[in-house]
Amino acid sequence: MITMLRAALAATAVALGGMLASPATYAQAGSAADEIEKYRQALQDGNPAELWEARGEDLWKKPGGPKNASLERCDLGRGPGVVKGAYAELPKFFADAGRVMDLETRLVWCRVNLQGMTEADARRSPFGSPERKSDNEALTAWITSESKGVAMAVSLDHPKMREAYDVGRAIFFFRGGPHDFACSTCHSEDGKRIRLQDLPNLTVKSGAQRGYTTWPAYRVSQGELRTFQWRLNDCFRQQRFPEIEFGSPASIALTTFLAYNANGAPFAAPAIKR
Amino acid sequence: MDRTLLIALASFSAVTLAGCAAMRTGADEAAIRAKAIDAMKTSFKEKGQAKLDRLNQDETQALCSQYAGKELPKDVAATIEKSNLASIRYPQDGKLVGDWKRGERIAQDGRGFQYSDDPKGPVGANCYACHQLTKQEISFGTMGPSLYNFGKLRGYTDEMRRYAWGKVYNSQAYSACTNMPRFGHAKILNEQQMRDVVALLMDPASPVNQ
Ligand code: HEC
Ligand code: HEC
Repeated sequence: MITMLRAALAATAVALGGMLASPATYAQAGSAADEIEKYRQALQDGNPAELWEARGEDLWKKPGGPKNASLERCDLGRGPGVVKGAYAELPKFFADAGRVMDLETRLVWCRVNLQGMTEADARRSPFGSPERKSDNEALTAWITSESKGVAMAVSLDHPKMREAYDVGRAIFFFRGGPHDFACSTCHSEDGKRIRLQDLPNLTVKSGAQRGYTTWPAYRVSQGELRTFQWRLNDCFRQQRFPEIEFGSPASIALTTFLAYNANGAPFAAPAIKR
Repeated sequence: MDRTLLIALASFSAVTLAGCAAMRTGADEAAIRAKAIDAMKTSFKEKGQAKLDRLNQDETQALCSQYAGKELPKDVAATIEKSNLASIRYPQDGKLVGDWKRGERIAQDGRGFQYSDDPKGPVGANCYACHQLTKQEISFGTMGPSLYNFGKLRGYTDEMRRYAWGKVYNSQAYSACTNMPRFGHAKILNEQQMRDVVALLMDPASPVNQ
């Protein structure tokens, strides 16, 4: 069943890839976007992200690492072991670590501090491929799925959160590199698109809500579940910047800016995207 | 609650999201930008052709970042346009128009300068990412205005050819803090590629002008 689903999705991915590459076969620019929307809807019932979620739940509960401990005591911000609704409040300031963390950095912290892994091991391959699965992607898929439908409620009450938000905003508007691009180049106007791809305006509430609450997502074109850290990494690549480091201060600040802007919207991921 | 107050509250909350920072003093904002730059310096690693020096802003980039999300003061805009205008180089032989067919390929090609791209090239300009250019290509973006019939509408004059060259060479010379890259100034395109792209806009035989 799962293999069949994968095969069907792969076929759709090829068809879609072809469609984006040679859209001249379609009568109108609008219709291609409509087709993508339709197919997204159709897949909503059988999102392969569920495979990652199931693996993530196992990883969470199974003893592992040098200390042979499970992650079930990991405090994601609502107390040790509380997963339900935790993601909707992240990023957050964690007193035990003394800094603001998003989910993906918090997982590194728990794997180091609870399971006894080295920092380097816990950070290794945060983004997987079909050949090499990533524990980060699986854990993130499961934990975020436990916030489905919960309204985003990121708090800036802590001064370090306030600072992360402000810094994240400044990074969002920071123009640089050979093309003078910033996040804001592609994401600060309504109704714009690159080629046929719609660009959410992440500086207004509705756009931030749409763009943030639908990650992580199963990417049909890659056959992989992608996390928010991955999304930032890939947008910086398109921005012609050097590579942003997984879990780096800039990535957490940007995530804080976007997550807070999405407050109030029901969290809706893991989703499925082209 | 009275209506005016409601409206005031509604517009206040709309503004807060886009720009809490707008209510800060200039000194606060400068401190935040400095923190942001510090955070970025420790957050990136070089990869392929994308070295860390890409995080160093020139004056135009710094000013456009500083005023992003707000109205650009007229004197700042004038400063930016003046220095960028002064950077424009026209070809020694005076030839501004090349081959529109090659120009079309450059306008279609989005490769170049990403760390995942081959540093040896080829490099394109991806004009279609942001502009409609021809009737044939319907996969175009809308970040910039449609350039369909650019030469036909503006006139095939020397003045317009020089403007088209200048705009592609350094877009900020004519509209400070535009989202359009500075293809000649940043050495994204070489002189021959510049000519070919100008031909796409300005050659009467180009599909742009059909
Ligand atoms: C050169 C253009 C460009 C730049 C610069 C850029 N992005 Fe993107 N971004 C895109 C495109 C195109 C998509 C849609 C990608 C897709 O569907 O594959 C996207 C998608 C996104 C999404 C997901 C939206 C959704 O609804 O799925 C987020 C969030 C995002 N970008 C954030 C950022 C941030 C933060 C930055 C700056 C670090 C940035 N982007 C810089 C082009 C860009
Ligand atoms: C990332 C987006 C982007 C890319 C890529 C881009 N442009 Fe633009 N372009 C814009 C925007 C936005 C404007 C409108 C603001 C301005 O005038 O700068 C514009 C304006 C223009 C204008 C001025 C139009 C007028 O009415 O005077 C010309 C000519 C132009 N672009 C040509 C090109 C060509 C040729 C390329 C490729 C070599 C290109 N652009 C690539 C965003 C882009």
